Amino acid sequence: MKRLLTIMRKEVRHILRDPLTLLLILALPASLLILLGYGITGTSTGVTMGIVDFDKSDSSRAYVERFTASNDFKLTHDLQNEEDMVRKIETDKMDIGIIIPESFERELLTNGSANVMILLDGSGNPTDVSTAELKLTAISEMANQDLILKKVDVSGQARTLQMPINTTVKTLYNPNGNARLYMIPGLIPIILQVQAILLAALSIVREREQGTMEQLIVTPIRSWELMLGKIIPYLVVCMLNLLLMIWMGDFLFGVSVRGSVGELVGLSAIFILGSLGMGVLISNISKTQMQAVYISVFVVIIPAIILSGLMFSRESMPDFTYWYSELLPVTQYLEITRGIIVRGVDAATLLFTSTLPMVIMSVGYFIASVFAFRKHL
Amino acid sequence: MTENTIEVKNLVKTFGKFRAVDDISFYIPQGEIFGLLGPNGAGKTTTIRMLIGLLRPDSGSAHVLGFDVRKKPEEVKKRIGYMSQKFSLYNDLTVRENLDFYAAIYNNMPFRQRRERVDEMLEMVELGHIQRSQTRSLSGAWRQRLALACAIIHRPKMLFLDEATAGVDPVARRQFWDLIYRLASEGISVLATTHYMDEADYCNTIAMMYQGRLISLASPDTIKESLPGTLLQIDLGDPLEAQKVLINDPRVLNVSIQGMQLHVTVKKESDINAIQRLLNKANLPPNTIEIIQPSLEDAFTSLVSQQRVLDQ
Ligand SMILES: Nc1ncnc2c1ncn2[C@@H]1O[C@H](COP(=O)(O)OP(=O)(O)OP(=O)(O)O)[C@@H](O)[C@H]1O
Ligand SMILES: [Mg+2]
Repeated sequence: MKRLLTIMRKEVRHILRDPLTLLLILALPASLLILLGYGITGTSTGVTMGIVDFDKSDSSRAYVERFTASNDFKLTHDLQNEEDMVRKIETDKMDIGIIIPESFERELLTNGSANVMILLDGSGNPTDVSTAELKLTAISEMANQDLILKKVDVSGQARTLQMPINTTVKTLYNPNGNARLYMIPGLIPIILQVQAILLAALSIVREREQGTMEQLIVTPIRSWELMLGKIIPYLVVCMLNLLLMIWMGDFLFGVSVRGSVGELVGLSAIFILGSLGMGVLISNISKTQMQAVYISVFVVIIPAIILSGLMFSRESMPDFTYWYSELLPVTQYLEITRGIIVRGVDAATLLFTSTLPMVIMSVGYFIASVFAFRKHL
Repeated sequence: MTENTIEVKNLVKTFGKFRAVDDISFYIPQGEIFGLLGPNGAGKTTTIRMLIGLLRPDSGSAHVLGFDVRKKPEEVKKRIGYMSQKFSLYNDLTVRENLDFYAAIYNNMPFRQRRERVDEMLEMVELGHIQRSQTRSLSGAWRQRLALACAIIHRPKMLFLDEATAGVDPVARRQFWDLIYRLASEGISVLATTHYMDEADYCNTIAMMYQGRLISLASPDTIKESLPGTLLQIDLGDPLEAQKVLINDPRVLNVSIQGMQLHVTVKKESDINAIQRLLNKANLPPNTIEIIQPSLEDAFTSLVSQQRVLDQ
């Protein structure tokens, strides 16, 4: 026990000794939240739209107004021909284009229906694209038009539209489309994940690289004393990061915790312990700091960012990817932070979907790391 | 059995197919300084690592302070000090913090006693005046002394020094060895590896290691005396050229260049005239030729070259 405290004291000295280290590990995570928090514009600016109106009739103008009347579409370009339109979409100047043929009004009056062509940028943010698709369809159906949809697929990614679609889009919990409300509770887990895994892995591998580990191994210290002594100070660091981020989310961005702060902090502590454990496991198989960074970044951190549900919905993932993300506790932890902060639910509500899996896995990683950690070179 | 601090029997360590330590046996009586010499890659560090529980031997036995290093490595660890080949203290901690850290890790003294022990060590290695400096700012010799102090702060009975004085100036090395002498006189046994032959003269016993094997084990004097033939020290203009001339002569056992001089081991004293003639003929007239007492360095090069011949 005394030896455990000795290691902790040394570790704290390493942290406090170098002002730059201190600044990096305490201020950088919070600064990242500021950068990304401001980077995400408060409300969706809507889909930008261009038109080519060959008809220039009352009907065609009325049709376009159906789009511009809703806040979701913004008419930014009035164009002359299709090539212009394709080029604008290809160069990312706008998101969708509508071409209204010369015969639009005539057909509408004679047949009761008419054709328009809609060009849609399939390479955009997938959620934006599907939102746009849904809204387009809805509006066009209201306008009672037959649509010919053609994709301008800059990325080569194909997407089929199913028609007709009867959809009412209603956004729950975030009616104003405040992206921050959604992103900040998502960024907190990712930042903590990166922080915990790197701090733990590097602090152990650094000693191995410096040669100080060799010196420690020949002392009578026990493996678990060495390991806990090293990670407890980093648990404290990560908890400070967490509190700072929660406070900043509220103070700077107005994203306050609607659920129980106690539950959030308690579950976060468990998540952080698990992540520190993952860092220790990585340190076990790394001989150098570079190897540790590579394994951390490519095996855990990047998958955590992409697959955890921070940016993309996990429902459509293939099985392998889905299960890989399930093995990262950050995936469930992210559902917990979003649940508690945005929706104000309690941990019990998420018990089987998120809380229990997250707790079991984090504790599992942590226990595995305690047993796997050996004093070795 | 327990009279000897270290007893090693038929110790073997292989890395894959490579035998880094090949069936070595030796013992170290209490309070002795034991020198382990040998060229790079001879297996010195590997031997030490097995004795301190960092590496598991493949076969053979090793007892340190009466404990079997395979069965009771933790008992061994409590009682030994180790200075590794690579400087391994915390650069961002101060001199005092490093000492205090190791004192606390061994956990064998209360706080007040620990502080006194740290002060005592600082005084012994004469680093009291810079105890609050970060270790990274220390010169080579100071680091070495700090590392020694950290290695003995818990009063070990056995001290392992792996090239402890590498890269330190001669004066500092002398001071360092004076410290080691003091420790040995207090009853601490020492196993030291080194490349410096003058340091080997400080040792009670010297083991020469070559390609994993012990090729000689004796006191420095015995080793010097046991050298076959007669050692000649030749002073001449071009020792390199002269070496080429002499090396294939049947009367010559060994030739080495030591400083600006040529050291030639010949079979018998009377060969001195033949050597003189040979050099004159090769247009490399020697300034002086004298018979000298071999140094450990001569003994070492001679032993290694003998071993090379045997291996072929
Ligand atoms: N972990 C290892 N894996 C494989 N080979 C090793 C390992 N450790 C040492 N060796 C090899 O064993 C041999 C002996 O190494 P060792 O470090 O014991 O030599 P040494 O006598 O201490 O040399 P030096 O004077 O250079 O320190 C070397 O050839 C080295 O390459
Ligand atoms: Mg070595």
